[in-house]
Amino acid sequence: MNITQIVLILGFLLSLIGFWGLLTRRDLFRMIISFSLLDTGVHMIMIGIGYIKGGTAPIFDEALAVGEAVGKVVDPVPSALVLTAIVIGLAVTALMLSYAVRVYTSRKSLSIDAVKELKW
Amino acid sequence: MIKRFIIVLALAAIAVGLYPLAWGIQDAEILTEVANEYVENGADDLGAANLVTSVVVSYRGLDTLGEITVLFAATAGVTMLFAARKPKKSGQKGSLADDSRRTGSELLQTGADFLFPILWMFGMYIFVHGHLTPGGGFQGGVVLASAVLLLLFADSDRKMGHTLLQIAEALSGAAYVAVGLLGLWFAAGFLDPRFLAAGEFGQLFSAGAIPVIYALIGIKVGAELTGIVDTMRRSAL
Repeated sequence: MNITQIVLILGFLLSLIGFWGLLTRRDLFRMIISFSLLDTGVHMIMIGIGYIKGGTAPIFDEALAVGEAVGKVVDPVPSALVLTAIVIGLAVTALMLSYAVRVYTSRKSLSIDAVKELKW
Repeated sequence: MIKRFIIVLALAAIAVGLYPLAWGIQDAEILTEVANEYVENGADDLGAANLVTSVVVSYRGLDTLGEITVLFAATAGVTMLFAARKPKKSGQKGSLADDSRRTGSELLQTGADFLFPILWMFGMYIFVHGHLTPGGGFQGGVVLASAVLLLLFADSDRKMGHTLLQIAEALSGAAYVAVGLLGLWFAAGFLDPRFLAAGEFGQLFSAGAIPVIYALIGIKVGAELTGIVDTMRRSAL
């Protein structure tokens, strides 16, 4: 077992739990929690893919001189993606929660079955 | 029953599909070509000690502009959902807020008043030092918004300047694009931070326009998230 593998497997597990929750739960809040789990799982997968053996954070300081960094740091691109994705995930969660609140005020129920317009 | 069976089948199919991805993989020894380029030349190129910041603000700056747009869309969505139709005043106010609200305890109120400036300063520190240390505009913005959230926990009736919030949001967004265009005009391309002097590597005033751009992103994110918090608060009043 290496680190990439552990992080990837945990990320996949988390995403699967999220998927399972999204498919089986009828309660809007539980679906939103499942979506957050799925989100976190995807973040873990992305970070795991960017890992380099023995790598450190790609930030130059006394311990990491410019010019000798290749082979010592992890991939900065997935880190940058996840950094923004976490905050965007927060805003999207807020949007979903507002939708849940609206559904509750208009239908007095948090079940997704109450939203009949979503069915086709 | 058949539904549950299909769900289990779908999950199993996804798991089987993912299994070889996770099983065969080893810790990578070398970076991909693009990342290698960034790590090798990023510091000399842009002068930012934090390579992740170089990627977020400059190399993939256009993506970040997209992310900010998504954030803006989410905020607009929250506002729209709550502003669509006000529930009837008094009497039956919707069961969300029929209990009279308690204000925060003495401890919470004093603590919030005491911590607010410190949190605010910490958030600004995070986004101003984004090119040197871990952190940056997104994290700093979230800290700013969480400070406001703490204030609202202590006293949910506290008045907030909506105009100020909107001005901060609009100006920082516009300034972000304007700085990007300055890069297009004076340097190599859109959101190129090198039109300002590079400064001394590792100092606060370095890395060209990266601190400026990240500070603008921080203000933007902080204003958006504060807007979300405030919209949710007002809708429940």
